[in-house]
Amino acid sequence: MMEEKLGRCVASWCPGATGVVGAAKLSGGASQETWSFDIIHPDGNIGAILRRAPQGYGAAPTRAAGLNAEATLMQLAYDAGLPSPRVLHVLQPQDELGTGFIMARVEGETIARKILRDDQFAQARPKLARQLGQVLAGIHGLTLAQLPELRRMTATREIAELERDYRSFDWPRPVFELALRWLRDRDPGPPQQVTLVHGDFRHGNLIIGPDGMRAVLDWELAHTGDPMEDLGWICVNSWRFGEIDKPVGGFGSREELFAGYEAAGHRVDPARVMFWEVMGTLRWGVMCCGMMQRFRLGPDHSMERAMIGRRSSETEIDLLRLLAPRGK
Amino acid sequence: MQDEPTPTELIKAVADFLRNEITPVIKGHSAFKLRVGINALDLVARQLALEPDSDAAEAGRLSRLLGMQGSLGELNRALADRIAKGEVDLRTPGLADHLWQTTMAKLAVDQPNYASYKRELGGK
Repeated sequence: MMEEKLGRCVASWCPGATGVVGAAKLSGGASQETWSFDIIHPDGNIGAILRRAPQGYGAAPTRAAGLNAEATLMQLAYDAGLPSPRVLHVLQPQDELGTGFIMARVEGETIARKILRDDQFAQARPKLARQLGQVLAGIHGLTLAQLPELRRMTATREIAELERDYRSFDWPRPVFELALRWLRDRDPGPPQQVTLVHGDFRHGNLIIGPDGMRAVLDWELAHTGDPMEDLGWICVNSWRFGEIDKPVGGFGSREELFAGYEAAGHRVDPARVMFWEVMGTLRWGVMCCGMMQRFRLGPDHSMERAMIGRRSSETEIDLLRLLAPRGK
Repeated sequence: MQDEPTPTELIKAVADFLRNEITPVIKGHSAFKLRVGINALDLVARQLALEPDSDAAEAGRLSRLLGMQGSLGELNRALADRIAKGEVDLRTPGLADHLWQTTMAKLAVDQPNYASYKRELGGK
């Protein structure tokens, strides 16, 4: 049924395609699904990925950019020469597949533990932090006028949203209160330059090969705002997977990340990056609490969601290490 | 009084059965879910063992810090409220120490293998 619909769809825009094979759902919540499949073509099969909201799930959650905006951003990144999948097709009503898009499948690894431990990535690891800096500079260099309509975020708004979410859980967390207070007291105000912000630039959304970075995925949380947000988010300890002395994704240093960024012609403001690292640590903690709420209120009553609630204390110790380091 | 075995003994027996006899015969996504389930049971066993002492110590620290009595929930709400209002901050004697001890006690239950926790536990 899925392969039939996909087959009709690809035939309409991919000359020579005769159908699809191997359609498999990779992940899916109630509102978004990711499918992998191969387009059957006389010149050789083409690996493809479908990202879609099934019919009846048109409305995007408040923070999400929307699938059409995601497709546009991915294509802009590809056109700018950034590591990105090529967008092959934006779904049309006659495709009867819902809303979303089809992209070329990029081979590689997204699972942090493999990227950080497996031998095949040993050559890539020392290069990654610098490479990520270059890629972020490229993302932040995309022309604002070309972008689809996106949320405009500021530090002030982000603090207010985190505080609202945290208060809605009605469960006292003195460490989160301390972090909120710290952030409010140090709100750096608007950045010198407002740019595109990827919004979720971290393990899981980066395809890595033995040769290094191959693609940035998932523009769902893209917005415009302070470019230093992306640099702070990739340094959050939750994405180091145990390699806590390598702040950039568990594989590199801030200095390497910053050097790559500045080599591409963009300025780093280390104090702002640190501010956003604290914000990001709190944000992940609040998200963990949010997943616990989703478990309790019913939409996803799984053990995994429940157990993620018990990971918010990880962000509390990381916040204390940032804000109240011991032995000082 | 409820009879033996204790909840801790029962949970550990179930967790050990799943770990030793079911894990080797389960594959794929179910194996992942099984691991999460075993982790949950281990967490509950740790909480049952550690919570009475850590709760008592936390309540004692909070009473001294805030100069008031109350349930652990009430005391934590009061502390959260005072931090939010700026009445208490990291310059307040005892606050940083209290937050550290409380957070370490949470990690001992939630994620004793978390690298930041192990680092702080080692005192370095």
